Amino acid sequence: MSATPLNTPDVARLVMSRARWRFSEIVFWIAALATIFLVPSRHLILTEIAILGLFALSLDLILGYAGIISLGQAAFFGFGAYCAGLLATHQLVTEPVLALALAGAATAALGFVTSFLVLRGSDLTRIMVTLGIALILRELANRFDGLTGGADGLQGVTIEPLFGLFRFDMFGHTAYAYSLAVLFVLFLLARRIVNSPFGLSLRAVKGNPLRASAVGISVNGRMVAIYTIAAGYAGVAGALLTQTAQFASLDMFSFERSADVLLMLIIGGTGYLYGGIIGALIFKLMQDWLASMTPQYWQFWIGLVLVAIVIIGRERLEQLRGAIRKRILRLRPQKHAA
Amino acid sequence: MPIVLATENLDKRFGGIVAANDVSLQVEHGARHALIGPNGAGKTTLINLLTGVLKPTAGRIRLDGRDITELKPHERVRLGIARTFQINQLFADLTPLETLGVAISERQGSGRDWWRLAGSKKGVVEESIELIERFHLADVMSERTAILPYGKQRLLEIALAFACRPRVLLLDEPAAGVPEAERHEILATVAALPKDVTVLLIEHDMDLVFSFADRISVLVNGALLTEGAPEAIARDPNVRAVYLGEAIDA
Ligand SMILES: Nc1ncnc2c1ncn2[C@@H]1O[C@H](COP(=O)(O)OP(=O)(O)OP(=O)(O)O)[C@@H](O)[C@H]1O
Ligand SMILES: [Mg+2]
Repeated sequence: MSATPLNTPDVARLVMSRARWRFSEIVFWIAALATIFLVPSRHLILTEIAILGLFALSLDLILGYAGIISLGQAAFFGFGAYCAGLLATHQLVTEPVLALALAGAATAALGFVTSFLVLRGSDLTRIMVTLGIALILRELANRFDGLTGGADGLQGVTIEPLFGLFRFDMFGHTAYAYSLAVLFVLFLLARRIVNSPFGLSLRAVKGNPLRASAVGISVNGRMVAIYTIAAGYAGVAGALLTQTAQFASLDMFSFERSADVLLMLIIGGTGYLYGGIIGALIFKLMQDWLASMTPQYWQFWIGLVLVAIVIIGRERLEQLRGAIRKRILRLRPQKHAA
Repeated sequence: MPIVLATENLDKRFGGIVAANDVSLQVEHGARHALIGPNGAGKTTLINLLTGVLKPTAGRIRLDGRDITELKPHERVRLGIARTFQINQLFADLTPLETLGVAISERQGSGRDWWRLAGSKKGVVEESIELIERFHLADVMSERTAILPYGKQRLLEIALAFACRPRVLLLDEPAAGVPEAERHEILATVAALPKDVTVLLIEHDMDLVFSFADRISVLVNGALLTEGAPEAIARDPNVRAVYLGEAIDA
């Protein structure tokens, strides 16, 4: 390789190869699409999984790509949820997709404002500040019960049919197709963002902020940008839950929700965009399955899995996966990359 | 020659340690200026002050006469100051190709583009290739930086500063830890820079310093001891005293 001179198209292709669609990715999304038709009886839980997957994706954007740890991502989830709820109850915007976009934009604005508090300081400060912001918002929602319904939750959320055509049915068919479509579109956008020059600079900032600033990158600027985007994603996830459940409650802001989403992301793995969705799937299915077997103790098993993952270490799991993949590949004729 | 970079009575204290003591340094346009001094003299601290990594306790810094003391590090880079680090500061998970792409995109003003793929801009790729070839990184350009041999990492460290196309280049022991044979090559690359690029070099190897520099400043205990042309510095008895036992022969 070093003997032949490098040419621009080849090198450009090499740089862009990170963004190439892998076979496994295509399989993943075809399988997701297939669930709409193949398992209609499970659409309620699948809706929840899609929403939580989107929520975990928002956390992956800041943790996996910018190294910003948060224990209060539910602040944005809850805020988006109440935005969507209030838009519906006050009949301000009745078109679901438009309301969803507005809720996301409003939450992104909140993310932008709070980012300046979060960016200062160490990981510990960030954990505390994000946690604190979620607590404050929850308490505000509780206090202004005239607007939010307080501890009773926001009642009377009625969502108009999607595009004026598809009613949200009690089996969750419309809700699931809608949630999955939103997840897919926002996933595509996230995929675009992380593979862009902006995304590359985020990885530089995460890897070495000192050097990133020494090549002219505004480290704080990048963090504000991705934090704002991620807040918008979390807001859309919350809004989706309100729209599909036709209800919003204070627990959408809860610490447990922030902790759960971090758990899901850690289970699925950070920094490759699918971790949140896979983590949400594993988490929810495990919860569902364990709760039916040992209703009181399912959290024990979740805890055990988490400890195992952290102790064994993601890297070793990855090595294991790599080894298995090599085995499988060896069974197929090898195609050598240029 | 006009002064490009200047400090005025710069002080930096870490608790009781005085790392910069009333330093007033002037670097001329196009200079090949060396900064020497014993370990712990405050050379790296001075670079950190010039680039905005550290805030001075007192004093000002000027670039082309403009006061840049309050500017953030990335803002100074945009004004044309780039540096290398004595201890490698690289992006462990990026490849050399990606690393250089980040710096080049940033300089060309497309570092914040989120709607197109990295690698889709011809200008960025062409310039990456140029640097990859100039710094002999072609054979490792798609490896993770973390696993590169030290010598290659060192080359990338310097290439990354070059990618900023600086007007003033600050090199903090660029050849540190590099095998003897490759040192001259690194310095030759620096010496071959266009004459209007100003270079401030920190280096312990006196052969390299004297073959490279047209002006030398000597820093001791945070303060400038003396400054002058290489021949004058080599003859200076005070400098010889500081470097007692080390031969300075120009
Ligand atoms: N961040 C810091 N906090 C406290 N003290 C520091 C810090 N950075 C440097 N120092 C101290 O300031 C003094 C100057 O250090 P500096 O690294 O600038 O020296 P140097 O001339 O670059 O030395 P060397 O040739 O070993 O690289 C030393 O006494 C060092 O211990
Ligand atoms: Mg030093």
